[in-house]
Amino acid sequence: QGGPDPLITEVQDWASYTGEGVDETPYGLPIHFEADVIRRNVPWLTADPISSINFTPIHALDGTITPAGCAFERHHSGAIELAKPDYRLMINGLVDRPLVFTYADLERFPRHSGVYFCECAANSGMEWAGAQLNGSQYTHGMIHNMEYVGVSLKTLLDEAGIQPEGKWLYVEGADASSNGRSIPLEKALDDCMIAFKANGEALRKEHGYPVRLIVPGWEGNLWVKWLRRIEVTSGPVESREETSKYTDTLDNGISRKWTWVMDAKSVVTAPSPQSPIQHGKGPLVITGLAWSGRGVITRVDVSTDGGKNWQTARLAAPGQRMAMTRFWLEHDWNGEEMLLQSRAIDETGYVQPTKEALRDIRGENSVYHNNGIQTWWVREDGSAENVEVS
Amino acid sequence: DPLGLGRDALPEEIAAWDVDVMPDGTGLPEGSGDVMTGEEVFLEKCAACHGDFAEGLGNWPPLAGGEDTLDRKDPVKTVGSYWPHLSTVWDYVNRSMPFGQAQLLTPDETYAITAYILYSNYLVEEDFVLSRENFSEIAMPNAEGFIIDDRSDAEYPLFTVEACMQDCKESVEITMHASVIDVTPGEAADEEEASPASNEEEPAVDPELVAAGEKQFNKCKACHMVGEDAQNRVGPVLNGIIGRAAGAVDDYTYSSAMAEAEIIWDDEELRAFLGDPKGFLPGNKMSFPGLKASEDIDAIIAYLRAHP
Repeated sequence: QGGPDPLITEVQDWASYTGEGVDETPYGLPIHFEADVIRRNVPWLTADPISSINFTPIHALDGTITPAGCAFERHHSGAIELAKPDYRLMINGLVDRPLVFTYADLERFPRHSGVYFCECAANSGMEWAGAQLNGSQYTHGMIHNMEYVGVSLKTLLDEAGIQPEGKWLYVEGADASSNGRSIPLEKALDDCMIAFKANGEALRKEHGYPVRLIVPGWEGNLWVKWLRRIEVTSGPVESREETSKYTDTLDNGISRKWTWVMDAKSVVTAPSPQSPIQHGKGPLVITGLAWSGRGVITRVDVSTDGGKNWQTARLAAPGQRMAMTRFWLEHDWNGEEMLLQSRAIDETGYVQPTKEALRDIRGENSVYHNNGIQTWWVREDGSAENVEVS
Repeated sequence: DPLGLGRDALPEEIAAWDVDVMPDGTGLPEGSGDVMTGEEVFLEKCAACHGDFAEGLGNWPPLAGGEDTLDRKDPVKTVGSYWPHLSTVWDYVNRSMPFGQAQLLTPDETYAITAYILYSNYLVEEDFVLSRENFSEIAMPNAEGFIIDDRSDAEYPLFTVEACMQDCKESVEITMHASVIDVTPGEAADEEEASPASNEEEPAVDPELVAAGEKQFNKCKACHMVGEDAQNRVGPVLNGIIGRAAGAVDDYTYSSAMAEAEIIWDDEELRAFLGDPKGFLPGNKMSFPGLKASEDIDAIIAYLRAHP
């Protein structure tokens, strides 16, 4: 510190002259200084951005709620524009009364709400064969966590009346991909809902405006956007998205199907490759996210030495069922390199495994459901890299 | 108790939307298609992405081949090597394909395409005809290749243990670095904002028509790009198409019909082409059925004119 700080001793423009009036931005975007906190695509992953995925900038966020404007998107035939007056939802199949609802009808049902994470089954999927993408946005950013308001699926299904032979649902979107998935009725009646609001506002176009399905704790592909039809069936449809995709091939060539649940997982979001330490040694906040599709996160441990020794981190708030939990670890950094890891534990007692432990069981061709422990190598200069350790 | 909200779904409405097909063939409509017809339809509507022989182009998925690769590194998952049910093929083609022109195929076309995909996987002979009647007789090679999620037995007991806190391993070495592979997208590129070029000399455009054209262009953008950073995709980049010669974009592989056509794309030629792409220039590979309404065509032309 040289002399007095002119930012303090001199009168700054913003202290003399006025700022913008309240009519300047009727619906705002983040201040331009934050312009790099955006969704990003990995172009080589897919053939075309219309049928592709992008990644939430989790390295730059804190707390648990993901702002809709930077929450990851996954489309199979692009994000469509479907106006509320044009929206119809059909319930058919093994029901007493096949029904059609307008958007206005849906708003008259008793409301239901919940905060849930939505994770793509392929999140961290590029890391099966080893450390590949350099940044928590790319390794773990196919996830968002929002507060939803809508109607429980049970309420809607009761309106149509499920017949005894009905054991499954087939849910289908209105877009050109006609993305559809089969869901066992038990899950549908347990905690699924349709949502029309997220984080207080209408769903964004890219998240399924005006109505999407919420399937707490289960892989994002089931969360059908632009939901147009719910069919009660006696068995699964075995659609393209539940046979040729979203099935997990093991080492012996046999594939697991119906791997719906997202197991407990966590990641240190900062420091990380896109969010290096820039303040040198001394007090350092290590922060990250944890979640489990099997319930509540009860504990998160952090290691700075690649998993030799662990300390229990502080949860920002008690874990919520199938929702993200924020953890912080206040650390006194000695300026030496670290191998940073986090490890989530959920209410079932499941401990997030290492990637090696997962590979021992599944091999490297699984594509989906990689919930292994992530390692960031933090160097003495504070920069970080995605690595794997023995 | 029911609240009495909504209304009864009419049989015609259910028939229009409830078209999914179950593994036992329930939901298939009447119809049939043979391999040779399927090849023709496939070449016209599918091959631009999936290749003439269903082998896949670029990052687009292959539909044939890949047998005996599932237990190797980087398995090749195709209809023949991986898909357990033929119903899934019919259902997916019928509801979701072709990419950018979904739900426009006839049942016979869908049967024919499905028959051709079977043929390209050596699962049927070239004189094969697929129909609702013989659908369930087709055996898929990987039908037995799936098990129901067994994580609760195979993994959860192993991972539901007391977590070690101190001296959990003897030593730790870095075994792999992401920087070695170096496939993370650069961040510098998206920060450079090109300033919009001045186009004061261009003729005035009707902004409403251009906006309408932008909407119509949704029907094109599965294959074509315009604007800043536009590149060739399934179809050539369309910046500056007005007034340009046909078949003139560098690095784009045109059909010979288009490459040899001596056409300058003015309003009149574009109007004729967009109204009936195949009829206007037989043999060209644009698999788009054409726009019926002339105001939609005018709108797209205005939109393209706005991208010189």
